[in-house]
Amino acid sequence: MIYPLLWMIRLSFLPESEVANAGLWPEGIWTGINYTEGWSTLSVDFTTFFLNSAVVAILALIGNLLACSLSAYVLARLRFRLQPVYFGVVIATLLIPVHVLLIPQYLTFSYIGALNTFIPLVLPKFLATDAFFVFLMIQFVRGIPRELDQAAFMDGAGYFRIYWSIILPLMRPALATTAIFTVIWTWNDFLGPLIYLTRTSLYTVPVALNALLSTDTGFGTGRLLAMSVLSLVPLVIFFFVAQKQILEGISSSGLK
Amino acid sequence: MLLPWLVGALGITIGPLIASLVLSLTNYSILGSTEFVGLDNYAAVFSDPKFFKSMSVTLMYVCLAVPLQLGLALGLALLLEKGIRWLGVYRAGFYLPSLLGASVAIALLWRQIFKTDGLVNAVLSIFGVTGRNWLYDPDTALLTLVLLQVWTFGSPMIIFLAGLKEIPKELIEAATVDGAGYGRRLKSIVLPLLTPMIFFNLILQTVGAFQAFNQAYIVSGGTGGPVDSTLFYTLYVYIVGFIEYRMGYASALAWVLVIFIGILTAVQFIVSRKWVYYGDQ
Repeated sequence: MIYPLLWMIRLSFLPESEVANAGLWPEGIWTGINYTEGWSTLSVDFTTFFLNSAVVAILALIGNLLACSLSAYVLARLRFRLQPVYFGVVIATLLIPVHVLLIPQYLTFSYIGALNTFIPLVLPKFLATDAFFVFLMIQFVRGIPRELDQAAFMDGAGYFRIYWSIILPLMRPALATTAIFTVIWTWNDFLGPLIYLTRTSLYTVPVALNALLSTDTGFGTGRLLAMSVLSLVPLVIFFFVAQKQILEGISSSGLK
Repeated sequence: MLLPWLVGALGITIGPLIASLVLSLTNYSILGSTEFVGLDNYAAVFSDPKFFKSMSVTLMYVCLAVPLQLGLALGLALLLEKGIRWLGVYRAGFYLPSLLGASVAIALLWRQIFKTDGLVNAVLSIFGVTGRNWLYDPDTALLTLVLLQVWTFGSPMIIFLAGLKEIPKELIEAATVDGAGYGRRLKSIVLPLLTPMIFFNLILQTVGAFQAFNQAYIVSGGTGGPVDSTLFYTLYVYIVGFIEYRMGYASALAWVLVIFIGILTAVQFIVSRKWVYYGDQ
């Protein structure tokens, strides 16, 4: 199952002239030329693309963790008018495919002049629009004994204090799942950056790879594969570091 | 304190949702003037050959990829569950493709694998079979994308493994004492108890497969070709909306998809009552 990945790595270290007839497992020399050449094939080099991807992923991560947990706390614990309505809306947004929202969102961000910025990619996360994570966290908060809230309330803690000092630390497993999948999805996201980022210096890695593919005429596929391998490296490292949490996260929530 | 979420829900979700519905009733395009056209877009959808083409491509993809993927996931989960050395290594190795599968990089790898001089043909030539360019042949291009989806069977497999762990050991032991062999235990205990998991994965992967975009975009170079054979529905919506800028019509297309997925999910839920077993019944 991982043979294609190994094959990809091997090919990326072949000289360009041999990539085309690689076969099952190419003999021949190993060379890093595709990496050094590929890194700066586009008008902007991959340092920028990796930095862009990292910035977007980190901002999305912070946004999702803060906004989703706060919303989940409010929806799971506080009683106020229309609360059931809001809860219903969360469930409803779970079921709506992103493609319906894409065009109006694009027009809105275009109207406020946010095209070619990271705002369309990041702002929604700070507004807790990933309903799935909100839902996951609501279910989690419901499992935390209410007595803890009440005890803290007796001791004079306000709602925000309770959220910050009691609920948030106890939510760690749900936060971990959210963090992991936010990073993976943001790193792999292609459609969003494709639509919102048209300036090369703002490209994230997937869009840069696509650009490399589109200009793939003279230099062949060696560089393309080399940059593809590099784009997967952060994910693979991330997987081995967080393997336990990832596998638990899928078992409990069905994410992938 | 609810403010961030409220603004988010209204501004980013509900607002656009309504806007999208309104847009779908107009001939809005970035380039021209906008008029209210009523249900004309929806009428146009149902006389648009590309709509039917992309719908049938997507359905074909979903109907092939999801059962194959889940079958493989279930089979391997049952195998791994029987007890195996290096379980952790296998689990990680099988899961890794799920993590990477949706990325542009893997789609690029797929192009390389199915080229005339790619990995697949190299393997075939060992058996003396002459390959072809799988990507440029309208009969096989979609198949390569199906295989890509099947390759990401790891995440449903993990869910199945978790489900298998939940099956009470006593049931299995009792059946064994009563003389039931592995096949019998599988048929009468394990699979019935696993049906909620199978159903869960089915819904999840079906909805996911309907929305697949990256793979088709990259493998076909953004065109859905050859001859529209990989024109996924989402890709068609993207092309109409963001390449041709016919955003009113694209909104109508998107809504048709939503309604379609909604109906399909509802049907799956209704049919599930016939075959999904919940312990309390």
